[in-house]
Amino acid sequence: MKQFWGFVMKEVRHIMRDYRTLVILIGMPIIQLLLFGFAIRNEVTNADIAILDASKDYMTTEITNKLLSSGYFHLSAELASASDIEGVFRSGKAKQVVVFSQNFARDLYKNGTASVQIIGDASNPNMATILFGYTTSIIQDYQFQLAAHRGQNAVLPITPEIKMLYNPELKSVYGFVTGLVGMILLLVSALMTSIAITREKELGTMEVLLVSPLKPPQIILGKVLPYLVLSVINAVTVLLMAQFVFNIPFRGSYGLFFFEIMLYILTALSLGIFISTKAKTQQVAMMISLGALLMPTILLSGFIFPVENMPLPLQIISNVIPARWFLVTLKAIMLEGLGFEYFWKETAVLSGMAIVLIALSMKNFKVRL
Amino acid sequence: MAITAENLGKHFGDVEAVKSLSFHIEHGELFGFIGPDGAGKTTLFRMLTTLMLPDTGSASVLGLDVVREYKNLRNRLGYMPGRFSLYQDLSVEENLRFFATIFNTTIEENYHLIRDIYIQIEPFKKRRAGQLSGGMKQKLALCCALIHKPDVLFLDEPTTGVDAVSRKEFWEMLKDLKAQGITIVVSTPYMDEASLCDRVALIQKGTILNINTPEAIVAEYGKPLFAVKSARMYELLGALRGFSFAHSVYPFGEFVHYTDSRAEAQPEEITAYLAGQGFTDAEAHSIKANIEDSFMALMESPSGQEIP
Repeated sequence: MKQFWGFVMKEVRHIMRDYRTLVILIGMPIIQLLLFGFAIRNEVTNADIAILDASKDYMTTEITNKLLSSGYFHLSAELASASDIEGVFRSGKAKQVVVFSQNFARDLYKNGTASVQIIGDASNPNMATILFGYTTSIIQDYQFQLAAHRGQNAVLPITPEIKMLYNPELKSVYGFVTGLVGMILLLVSALMTSIAITREKELGTMEVLLVSPLKPPQIILGKVLPYLVLSVINAVTVLLMAQFVFNIPFRGSYGLFFFEIMLYILTALSLGIFISTKAKTQQVAMMISLGALLMPTILLSGFIFPVENMPLPLQIISNVIPARWFLVTLKAIMLEGLGFEYFWKETAVLSGMAIVLIALSMKNFKVRL
Repeated sequence: MAITAENLGKHFGDVEAVKSLSFHIEHGELFGFIGPDGAGKTTLFRMLTTLMLPDTGSASVLGLDVVREYKNLRNRLGYMPGRFSLYQDLSVEENLRFFATIFNTTIEENYHLIRDIYIQIEPFKKRRAGQLSGGMKQKLALCCALIHKPDVLFLDEPTTGVDAVSRKEFWEMLKDLKAQGITIVVSTPYMDEASLCDRVALIQKGTILNINTPEAIVAEYGKPLFAVKSARMYELLGALRGFSFAHSVYPFGEFVHYTDSRAEAQPEEITAYLAGQGFTDAEAHSIKANIEDSFMALMESPSGQEIP
């Protein structure tokens, strides 16, 4: 046991001495989360719009107020006539123009219908679609409010119900947080352990370690333990940032969350060990970890592209990627607050992967050169 | 018997790195494997230190088979690889303490073994191992290999790349360790270090050319040897090779070492022959063979392995 802790201490020293790498490892989750959370997002806020209100009754005022108070829009101009519309688009003052027809409130009461025209600047089709979506849902919301207010007399408009579950505002940061946890843990666990073990081989120190009475499990566990701690620190960092910086609700149980995280870290660590039993140099270990693990994890795990939308061959390949299973459980716990019965299958797959990888690593670990 | 090897062999693909070697090393001996780079010394050491499996034959160290009983053996042997194999980012003291810990001992417990060596590097004990000079690195590596009080110590080319003064110091240390009863097996490409060993094995292309005490190996050099010198060294080589009694001719520093095939050859006969060839300034005098002369002679003899 003393031997083992001596080994762990040595490993900790290696990590502390290489402070540049340490700073990257600790800082990476923070930087990436901030990048994905703030800079790269799909939703739009404070988009410039113009309003052409020909009716100017209490109803159009209410709708306008509702639009502008949503946070998505910023009123850049109030237009007086239809001929101004092209002008505001051309000058880039507005991304969208909302046009209320004359006698809006009266038409709605009398005829049961009134029209509002939404004109988008489709030179940026994504933005136009998103703004259109916001506007229609806000107007729809107003219709419901109105109907509820008027009680029985209301003629409830029949409209297709669109409800965004769990992320009603389609906030992209929700999806990124879980994906990031999967990516960062894989990076720290698999990449760093595989490099740490192959470094001993490359520098020739493995020769001396092998000739010592240290047993292979002691060497492997001693290598893994510091990175396990580092991975947990990263997981906690991301979790805290998700809650306090991005206000992402945490609906599930923390116990389950840490159980699944530990399971995933274990799988990633055993992947790292397995790579190190195969790779002879740090460079090879790094290439395998980055090329064969990181890229597929980003592209095929469902982090960026939904697995269901992939062509069948890629869907099949995605099954061997641990993060694909981990992300399902993480989303279920964090965002949906579901219990273990909903993701025991994914948990079982991850456990199976970890067991197979550990067995393979133990078998492949050479007690000789 | 501290170490025995029977027909020990290892090949990598088509290359036979070690060809069926058999030898014995006594307890408490300072034994040297002397041979050029690529002779198979490192492969041999790796097999003896349980790091590589032999393809043929068997070996035992301290009575333990290197294949079957490798776990027990690893507790009792000390190994210093040819390449500097310590942690460059750890300090001198941390390296030593680490190796003491993984061998289940402490620096204090076995300090007496390393004291004479360690006091030389102790002033730098807070310095990182990567920043030590070549000689100091080797001293630290030796300390780390010694800290668990091994019964047998394997040193693979410990003096390669080390300056002449440090090399001399290093051999002094080995002598002290030998005095403490540790069996020491050392390999080196430097022929001049052979005379510092109790016995040496001359090794070349995976084959042992000769095993004996350095004195006996030199004494076995049967033919008269002369050091010949002239202003025109290059032409001198050719001229000597053309001499009908020449057995071997090769350059050796500022001299040409010339071996005559006649037992009773005299230096005057050689200078006379050379004068006839136009080398009027040629000097020749009879010398005693050294290990390198023996090595060259053994390399050229077709019989190869000459184990007594």
